[in-house]
Amino acid sequence: MDNARIKMPGLQYRGVSNIDGPLLFVDSIRNVAYDELVEIETPGGELRIGQVLDVSSTSAVIQVFGGTESLSKAGTRTRFLGSALQIPVSKEMLGRVFDGLGRPKDGMPPILSAERRDVNGFPINPYSREYPRDFIQTGISAIDIMNTLVRGQKLPIFSGNGLPHNRIAAQIARQARLLSEDVEFAIVFAAMGVKYDVARYFIDSFEESGVLNNVSMFLSLADDPSAERLITPRAALTLAEHLAFEENMHVLVIITDMTNYCESMREIATARGEIPSRKGYPGYLYSDLASLYERAGRLSDGSGSITQMPILTMPSDDISHPVPDLTGYITEGQIVLDREMFQRGLYPPVAGLPSLSRLMKDGIGKGRTRDDHPRLASQLFAAYSKVKDIRSLASVIGEEELSPTDKLYIKFGEEFEHKVISQGEFENRSIEHSLELGWEALRILPRSELLRVSEEELKKHFDQEPALAVSEEVRR
Amino acid sequence: MQSEASVNTGIITRVNGPIVEARRMASAGILEVVEVGGLRLIGEVIRIRGDVATIQVYENTGGLLPGEPVYCSGRPLSVRLGPGLIGTIYDGIQRPLEQIAASSGAMIERGEKAEPLDAGREWHFEPKAKVGDRLESGMVYGEVQETMSVSHKLMLPPGLSGELVELAAAGHYSGEQQIGLLRKDDGSQVPLSMFHYWPVRRPRPVRQRLALIEPLLTGLRVIDTFFPIAKGGAAAIPGGFGTGKTMTQQALAKWAEAQIIIYIGCGERGNEMTEVLREFPNLIDPRSGRSLMERTILIANTSNMPVAAREVSIYTGITLAEYYRDMGYDVAVMADSTSRWAEALRELSGRLEEMPADEGFPAYLPARLASFYERSGRVETQCGATGSISVIGAVSPPGGDFSEPVTQHTSRFIRCFWALDRDLANARHYPAISWRNSYSEYLPETSVWWKRQDREWQGNRDFLMDILQEEVNLQRIAKLVGPDALPEQQRLTLMIAEIIKNAFLQQNSFDDIDMYCSPEKQLWMLRMLVSFSRRAREIVRAGGSIADLMEIDELNRLNRMKSEIKNDDIAAMATLEQNLLREMDALERKLKR
Repeated sequence: MDNARIKMPGLQYRGVSNIDGPLLFVDSIRNVAYDELVEIETPGGELRIGQVLDVSSTSAVIQVFGGTESLSKAGTRTRFLGSALQIPVSKEMLGRVFDGLGRPKDGMPPILSAERRDVNGFPINPYSREYPRDFIQTGISAIDIMNTLVRGQKLPIFSGNGLPHNRIAAQIARQARLLSEDVEFAIVFAAMGVKYDVARYFIDSFEESGVLNNVSMFLSLADDPSAERLITPRAALTLAEHLAFEENMHVLVIITDMTNYCESMREIATARGEIPSRKGYPGYLYSDLASLYERAGRLSDGSGSITQMPILTMPSDDISHPVPDLTGYITEGQIVLDREMFQRGLYPPVAGLPSLSRLMKDGIGKGRTRDDHPRLASQLFAAYSKVKDIRSLASVIGEEELSPTDKLYIKFGEEFEHKVISQGEFENRSIEHSLELGWEALRILPRSELLRVSEEELKKHFDQEPALAVSEEVRR
Repeated sequence: MQSEASVNTGIITRVNGPIVEARRMASAGILEVVEVGGLRLIGEVIRIRGDVATIQVYENTGGLLPGEPVYCSGRPLSVRLGPGLIGTIYDGIQRPLEQIAASSGAMIERGEKAEPLDAGREWHFEPKAKVGDRLESGMVYGEVQETMSVSHKLMLPPGLSGELVELAAAGHYSGEQQIGLLRKDDGSQVPLSMFHYWPVRRPRPVRQRLALIEPLLTGLRVIDTFFPIAKGGAAAIPGGFGTGKTMTQQALAKWAEAQIIIYIGCGERGNEMTEVLREFPNLIDPRSGRSLMERTILIANTSNMPVAAREVSIYTGITLAEYYRDMGYDVAVMADSTSRWAEALRELSGRLEEMPADEGFPAYLPARLASFYERSGRVETQCGATGSISVIGAVSPPGGDFSEPVTQHTSRFIRCFWALDRDLANARHYPAISWRNSYSEYLPETSVWWKRQDREWQGNRDFLMDILQEEVNLQRIAKLVGPDALPEQQRLTLMIAEIIKNAFLQQNSFDDIDMYCSPEKQLWMLRMLVSFSRRAREIVRAGGSIADLMEIDELNRLNRMKSEIKNDDIAAMATLEQNLLREMDALERKLKR
């Protein structure tokens, strides 16, 4: 590709001393900086780019993003470009498709922008952040009531192979809106190591809902070189930062699949002979993931926001695997998909208990969603957790032997899963509707069991007939 | 940290992430601060071999070239101490983030330099010594009102002693202005100002360490009543992600009965620091009646900030704590999370190509943890005051598995272990501190204080604890045969345990009343639950059933007393107590008839 040739001064060196997996070792060099971008010319004249991982006075280790196929010791040329990898950023990048390194992939002309940014970015000063608390209505009850998303949050989807994480992410992208205002928004989509069909699904879904012109896509598909995946989310987030903090847009970033990203990192680390920590992943996996996930949020200067929704597939559905585990320690909660619920035909199969939104507490309640929301959510969690206990008891002693109250809990569990959690892929529920459904499910239980909600809320929402409560809502 | 003092210049030979090697460094000292490259990035010498020094750099090293200079400073990494620390948010190497935001914008750029303390700001100085006095190391010669809640004592820097030959009169002076002159025993004279430096890796000296005698009250019932920490103690909060480590740390930072709080956000989320920064100024300390920010210092090295600075942020925090302890304050240090600190050690160790021990962690991990937690304690300071540092460290075990090295090593050096439980957190039972796996070895020390408030305290506490432990066993059986197959007395135990969990252990940190529970209210709640349980057992023995007990009207009030009765509403407490017992009396009489 022509625009791969980033013309800059720099000495060209002929020949490398070692080639090992995605790494090149070059000797007898001078004035090479750590993290510097390298242009590599294959013996056949093709250009690839790479990055300096380790440098001493006379030698350097280079990670090649385009893969090391067809490179040879004598015929490979390297040129050091004097800066870290940068991409152009501009509002014109919306509606376009790029490769994993930010180069146009849709056959349209390259981006002409004077603004270029280092893909690694700089850490946001905690002093300059604004604490995120603006509720985003996704129209999905399982998220809106139980695991509320707020603007500027990083909320990943923990999924497994074959589960409908892409459909949920697309539904969120389609329906997400703020209760308060209509604002300029954009979606930045980064795909690492996923199949073309997955990318196609998102393109079609964006097209159908008429937002494609507000979407910028960075695709590093399954057949692209794995080292490229390490840059893809960084390129996407660099654009997102420009749109949010300079163009004042509200940006939703969807990144899929983080597991593939981590595997590329493991591949490079192994090739370098680094000491592994858990499951062969490098010890800096946490810091590296944090350098991506922390690029979400809002600034106190009132500009836009970056809301991140990374998707990762848990290898053999194991939530304690290093990738979901370290992700959960960095992100502000997680939406966990449950295989058993999926097999029972429930959509979205959002696992009730392990899912969590950490920023929910400040984004809901009086003046944000509705004043009964915090305690209602807590009550639903408590009751559903009891359902789980009673179900396991029932599997031992039989449902017949349960106490009357326990039987009501079983009934509540069914109702909750089928009427509250479960909904259509194109069904967009208002937050009031979702909350009413929650109360309706609770009405199955005896009043004395509901200790998490206040007496006042019980009077207002529990004691009233459902129809009355809803009609009151309408009148208001 | 300016470069005037540069004594030597080396040359970079290798760059590998945060680790830089430089030659011509034979005269550098271990742990000496250096400035690396044209951007003058701050780093610290951690190894010297021949004339090659290995340096850990506290900022991103992208763009550094072999051949660039390294400037030595001749000093170890130090913090600047003096009035103006309180209410400030610093990064891991004590650069004030507010000033950095002013100079480089919302994103932290590299090579930023900012003075930790505002040298131009004037403070009202009140002398506390006279010219001619002989001052020993650490003695007080003046005082400054730093915030409405903190009176800042100006102490002779440790190691210095002599005769005071000049001292300014009361009045306004800026931090760097000379306010006194000390003649040392060798005749040399040392000017005194409000500021001085102290190396972060060296504990500040004290006169002697004292026994721990008092609880550090936290307002969290499960901690204060069941697993108390003493003033000067060390505690760990281990828990998998989402179990509420940070929530518990923040609740402790808000309500713990300490005069100074140092909150270290070590490798955690940026938004969490922002939350503290935005929330604390608006919260009122129930004891002093002043804003919580007037007693708080924040150290933020969020997870996307450079990893080497994460390693040092813990030391920066504890050194500031020691400084305020030396004035005679009770200081509480929250370190969230020590696992990230240990991982920073692991990352640096890996880059140094050291031989790894457990799970890639370096062999010196336990020694480092021990020396950190040992900086807690209750002491007699050099100026004769009594101060304490309580350290509360969060631990983030991978996969929530407590058998991993950081949790295991940490539990050897702390005496209070608040294990967070995944099942409790899933049921949104917060604080999710497990009564099965947690323990406090400070119970004997702290119970003396509690028993002074209420002689029955120990008996009441143990009574409830027994019920909770019995419930654990009964649940095992109930899981097999169903609770209805148990005898009535055992089902009663399950019921009481349920009430203890709902009414006492669980605490809602967003409820205006329940967020903080005073010791008086805790004592009362404890008594209420014990007398309810005893009476309920008698009723069941007399032939009553659980269903009868469930009919008691006031049970609902008992379950909600944590959020419906204010901390100081003694009348409401007495009414509930009377009504409940009256109802139970009536029930018992009915049964006997």
